[in-house]
Amino acid sequence: MDVVAKAWTWLATGSHWTGPDGVWHRLGQHLFLTFVCLAIACAVALPIAVALGHIGKGGALAVNISNAGRAVPTFAVLVLLLLSPLGSHGQWPTIIALVLFAIPPLLTNAYVGVREADREVVEAARGMGMTGGQLIRRVELPLAFPLVMTGVRTAAVQVVATATLAALPGGGGLGRIITAGFRLTDTPQVVAGAVLVAALALVVEGVFVVLGLVLDPMRRRTGRRPAAAQRPPADQAPTSPALTT
Amino acid sequence: MADGNCLISNEWICGEYVRTRGQELTDATLEHVWITLASVAIGLVVAFPLALLARRWRAVAGPVLGLTTILYTVPSLAMFSLLLPVFGISAAVVITGLVLYSLTILVRNIMAGLASVPEEAREAARGMGYGPLRLLFGVELPLALPALMAGLRITTVSTVSLTTVGAIIGYGGLGNLIYEGMRSFFKAEVLTASVLCVALAVVADLLLLALQRLLTPWTRKSRKGTA
Repeated sequence: MDVVAKAWTWLATGSHWTGPDGVWHRLGQHLFLTFVCLAIACAVALPIAVALGHIGKGGALAVNISNAGRAVPTFAVLVLLLLSPLGSHGQWPTIIALVLFAIPPLLTNAYVGVREADREVVEAARGMGMTGGQLIRRVELPLAFPLVMTGVRTAAVQVVATATLAALPGGGGLGRIITAGFRLTDTPQVVAGAVLVAALALVVEGVFVVLGLVLDPMRRRTGRRPAAAQRPPADQAPTSPALTT
Repeated sequence: MADGNCLISNEWICGEYVRTRGQELTDATLEHVWITLASVAIGLVVAFPLALLARRWRAVAGPVLGLTTILYTVPSLAMFSLLLPVFGISAAVVITGLVLYSLTILVRNIMAGLASVPEEAREAARGMGYGPLRLLFGVELPLALPALMAGLRITTVSTVSLTTVGAIIGYGGLGNLIYEGMRSFFKAEVLTASVLCVALAVVADLLLLALQRLLTPWTRKSRKGTA
């Protein structure tokens, strides 16, 4: 196809990669935004989810927030925040919107993970005299780790995707290459930008899958003692539809 | 407040806007509804045979699930842009993108639903002389309905909200109004369209819930856990 060849030419042109509108700068903005928002969302959602999971309350809340989040159009929230008084404060509308959309998967997965940590193991640990804090750190979190990581992965990909939308109201990031292409009616540039964004989303997904496998505390343990293979698969597909985002 | 004042002072909530631009709002809502309906309907038609194939042959299941999951990670703006050269500027771009997104959840849920059919029910039907087709449509599909409907509800709600992004090529239903309002800093237009969009998602979800209850009367006695 002609457009594909032209998009490739666009990507292969060095001048498109440098400068304030260049790919490198936009990629930097995109990654910076993603990192900041993911960090804020994790800092907000994970402690709440773990605490709720530990005491075993608020499950309906965690799941419902996640479901309601799906009904709210990202693009509308971005524009609404932009037109609100916050709009005059630089990147804050974008950051707030991204954090809002990253919280539901983090909250739901971490809550379910901690809640569904093997009850017998938790009871045994309690019987050994572990305090609440020890129980969370040494038992529940390691057991919940795969699901917590699934939540972080989902949130990360969602933030990357939403950061793309931030380009519509004129924010930074890789989406700008697409919107600029639309404004110039330059389809090859639009396609080139879309390829870059899609590739970034897939790379981020892949990085988090690998991170989840490598960092899983239970995996290391079973590596040392291959007999105890009672670990759920790290990339276990979420069974409840509430978890698939 | 006098008529038309809120249009001049650019307030968030403006009855005058709704009154004077009612036609525009109705058109955008209708476009939103038909794009959503078409996407979900096509998604269902595509997902069903895919799920059956994936169930029949394990070798198909991996690639199908993997591919649909990968498609799901592609950001919507990029997805619509990538389809642009294929279809040109038309509603087909938006609908195709939305169909591709819907496959992830629909295929998974249809498979989960079919897998949850008790083997005894299958055996009993086979014993009564049911052929494979009659078994599928007479026994398995009805029993898989709760999981299928759960997936359909999730898909529909997220399709309603994703349709707005189609505004980038002018086929975003209510998203078009949000885009236009963003350009002109017209607050009432953005808020009204956003609220209508959320309302649309909620109404669609409730309608599907009602349909599910209608189709699965046997689950009503112990109604639990599909939502």
